[in-house]
Amino acid sequence: MKLKKVMSVLLASAVMLGALTGCGGDKKEAKKADTVKVGVFLPLTGDNAAGGELELRGVKLAHKLHPEVLGKKVELVVADNKSDKAESASVAARLIEKDKVCALIGTYGSSLAMAAGNIVKEAKVPAIGTSCTNPQVTANNDYYFRACFIDPFQGTVMANYAYKQGARKVAIVQEVSNDYSVGLAKFFKDAFVKLTNDPDCIVDIANYQTGDKDFTAVLTNLKAKNPDAVFAPGNFTESALLIKQARQLGMTIPFMGGDTWETQEFIDVGGKEVEGAVMSTAFDREKASTPEAQKFLKAYTDEYKSEPSALSAMAYDAYLITVDAIKRANSTDSQKIRDALAATKDLEAVTGKTTFDKNGDPIKAAVIKEVKDAKFKYLDFVGVN
Amino acid sequence: MKNKRDILLTVAALVVLFGAACYAQFEMGSYVRRIINLCLIYAIIGLSMNLTNGFAGQFSLGQAGFMAVGAYVVGVFTVPVDLRPNVFYAVPMNPMIADIQLPLWLALLFGGLLAALIAFLIGWPVLRLRGDYLAIATLGFSEIIRILITNAQSWTNGALGIKDIPALNDVRYIFIATAITFLFVTCLINSSYGRAFKAIREDEIAAEAMGVGLFKHKCMAFMLSAFFAGIGGGLYATLLGTVDPKNFLFTLTYNFLLIIVLGGMGSITGSMLGSIIVTGGLEYLRVFDEPLELFGMAIPLFRPGFRMVMFSVLLMACVLFWRKGIMGTNEFTWDKFIAFCKNPVKYFTQKGANQ
Amino acid sequence: MIIYGGEKMEFFQAILDMSAVSFAQHFVNGFSLGSLYALIAIGYTMVYGILLMINFAHADIVMMACYFAFFGITVFHIPWYITFVGVIIATALLGVLIERTAYRPLREAPKNSVLISAIGASFLLENLANYLFSGRPLRFPEIPLLSQNIAVGEVQIQAICLVIPVMTFLSLAVLLHIVNNTKTGMAMRAVSKDYEIARVMGVDIDKIISITFIIGSSLAAIGAFMWGVRYPGITPYLGVMPGLKCFIAAVIGGIGNIKGAVLGGFILGLGEIFIVAFFPQLSGYRDAFAFIVLIIILFYKPTGLLGVKTTEKV
Repeated sequence: MKLKKVMSVLLASAVMLGALTGCGGDKKEAKKADTVKVGVFLPLTGDNAAGGELELRGVKLAHKLHPEVLGKKVELVVADNKSDKAESASVAARLIEKDKVCALIGTYGSSLAMAAGNIVKEAKVPAIGTSCTNPQVTANNDYYFRACFIDPFQGTVMANYAYKQGARKVAIVQEVSNDYSVGLAKFFKDAFVKLTNDPDCIVDIANYQTGDKDFTAVLTNLKAKNPDAVFAPGNFTESALLIKQARQLGMTIPFMGGDTWETQEFIDVGGKEVEGAVMSTAFDREKASTPEAQKFLKAYTDEYKSEPSALSAMAYDAYLITVDAIKRANSTDSQKIRDALAATKDLEAVTGKTTFDKNGDPIKAAVIKEVKDAKFKYLDFVGVN
Repeated sequence: MKNKRDILLTVAALVVLFGAACYAQFEMGSYVRRIINLCLIYAIIGLSMNLTNGFAGQFSLGQAGFMAVGAYVVGVFTVPVDLRPNVFYAVPMNPMIADIQLPLWLALLFGGLLAALIAFLIGWPVLRLRGDYLAIATLGFSEIIRILITNAQSWTNGALGIKDIPALNDVRYIFIATAITFLFVTCLINSSYGRAFKAIREDEIAAEAMGVGLFKHKCMAFMLSAFFAGIGGGLYATLLGTVDPKNFLFTLTYNFLLIIVLGGMGSITGSMLGSIIVTGGLEYLRVFDEPLELFGMAIPLFRPGFRMVMFSVLLMACVLFWRKGIMGTNEFTWDKFIAFCKNPVKYFTQKGANQ
Repeated sequence: MIIYGGEKMEFFQAILDMSAVSFAQHFVNGFSLGSLYALIAIGYTMVYGILLMINFAHADIVMMACYFAFFGITVFHIPWYITFVGVIIATALLGVLIERTAYRPLREAPKNSVLISAIGASFLLENLANYLFSGRPLRFPEIPLLSQNIAVGEVQIQAICLVIPVMTFLSLAVLLHIVNNTKTGMAMRAVSKDYEIARVMGVDIDKIISITFIIGSSLAAIGAFMWGVRYPGITPYLGVMPGLKCFIAAVIGGIGNIKGAVLGGFILGLGEIFIVAFFPQLSGYRDAFAFIVLIIILFYKPTGLLGVKTTEKV
């Protein structure tokens, strides 16, 4: 009985607290009527939390450096979509309806972006994806744009790189439950078959599930097939473990992946075993050609005391693209911002000049990097052709 | 529904609620409608889960799998044919189904039926099990369904998911679906089948001794539960406009478990209430994820993730201190409602005296 | 028919193609995975044997133990062998805490309530870890002694892969000794056989249950440590899948039976590896393997391989 009382008191106080903050929110709104509201929805908890956090850093940094547009302060409204689709949809709707944002930024994870796709389309509020690389995100949706390149491009880039390095027989290990990994693997395969003119150039396609920890079985199989290289796009935790176990099994062949690898966690988890892993990504210090990139690099290292990842850079760009569109639209009207976004051309952003094609995908160059001495080192640059 | 008055009142209440749904549809923003719709859909699935877990007493954790079946049938068959090459861009759609496009209601029904069929096939080996074994076996099947969907790329587009499902963020239709489910389950529970379910829940051996066909009734509850879960899953897919296998991890089932635990295992109206409280409450609790400034001081406790901690604490508190949930195994009845309206004070004091 | 036969041949070709080295390598991999499953499965089986409930939180206790180890070694720089002991103690305390708060109040409640409480406890631990440590994976501290590689001919073996089976069988031996030869063990068996009678006979039920949780959680801590060295990424959801599989291992072996749990662990571990080894086409279905085995076993022998058939009393 006593516990029951304690519990009810606790519950009541929780509700009170909620009500209090609710009221607080209303007051704030009244005070900041003269701001431009931009919604940010990212997975800050759940499976994709790591990516979401890195991107939030990028957006926040961009906001810090470019806090104003049209003479008004930009207000970021950040919401967590919990790496969950239903949440992602409600969060996007909430930002649009309740917080009255004029544009949305987000999100990491293509499926999360697709869940919000219908909502932005319906509400006619533009959204700029940070690192949702699935072609479906922007296809058939005039209101979704993105700051990152898409899977087909990335897959092709890596196929070219592998071919250039002399690989003729390649094995693919894909995270079969991850859209990103499956997409990349498919485009890699298509491009590589075309390059080698050899339908048997892919010696094996092995699968694993998100969250798997043990890859020894597929790796032992691969080892027996003796490929020149392995293409293994996927989440950084799983990929790091995969490479680690491959090295422990005595495999010395190169491993290649996509831009998800370029996070500190990949090196943290993989340790010395991921040395030499090669990945395509959007951005590097070496190729930081634009002045904006220099600014970003400096501010990022000052603020977070670490090397920025491409995810942060792309999120930073998503914010820049938004602010630029608002500026050119000269209005906070969502429809006008969308039209301005669609007309974005040669915007000097961190990851190079940004121009949108008719789908709302940027035409962008890629950078190839390698892990060396526990750092991501620049290897090669692949321009747009 | 004992007498004419109750039926009339129920019909009247449904009409009023439908009016409210229409009002919501036309007057409220898409965010509020989305939350209402989510509540309604979760109510369908909560009800379906309550049918096996609450009424028939069979602890099944397979709801996510049946939802996936319904959602995927709707996803695969309602995407307009001309948009499909866009969706199935990695592996072309299986020619057997590539040109079949169904209207939503038919796809929903078909999804529900397929889920029921799968439940029938699963039920045969699984329903002989009891308690924890049944829980873990159904959970296993729900994972198997998800893994099959992930790997059958030419049918389901695998992990890439399906987009461009015609969206239905319309409170009216979803309300009608929920109302039909509600009425159906109510009638079922008040029929001889419902009494058989409850008998099995209370004591299997005694029920069998009294001539209740154990397997037949368990299987029926399980199939009906799967059917409604499939319908709920299909509606969920149309609400989101997109599905992918990761949606249907077995942890999704826990949401509905919370709904029926909170609402009361074995109470229809309890499930409805539970769904509203859990879905609405989670939205409300969102303030816990936002940084909080109280009297000018930022409280570091409030950051993303705190809401889910609160959510799980509530679930625990509910199980530990309030085991019967809001309704227990009781139902909302018009008799009680009228007694309450006439004299609320008396109603509660009498209730207290009775306990 | 001929075409069908041809396809079939191709399907089984992988078995014929497999070299002795590959086979040995697969076996080593499967054996270490299996013993890891076994170690964690014992925890499930013990709790089930006494309380007749699935301790869903067990998997998350493993996860928490990984975080404890991370904080001990990486954050506070305590030598790993001391941390190892510390982690066992901390995890055992956590196990007892969960039992006290989430299970003890429900001792007289219907079984389903306890099951829900267990799911709730598991959910709470995951969300708490997510909130406290963030979802970003942490690296389990490197212990060079254990993670070094040993080559036996062409077969590569990580040192930890040799340690894991040793730990598993050591734990099994100690546990069997406790259960069969000590007074506490006798009390445990009594409680597991008949809860009411045991109480009437003067067994301190609460104490026995606490001891069970201490043992189960200590094994979880050992398992977590081994797990961490072998698969060094720590995330809040790390325990979910392995936990489920280990529970299944316990059911396959006959739940409540300690030897059965070990047997089940090995069946699952070796099975998972060899299904991918022999049928590489099925690698995407690997996670389904455990569930399929579970369902087959439950269908033919519902009490598991080493379980004893019981009939429900009226």
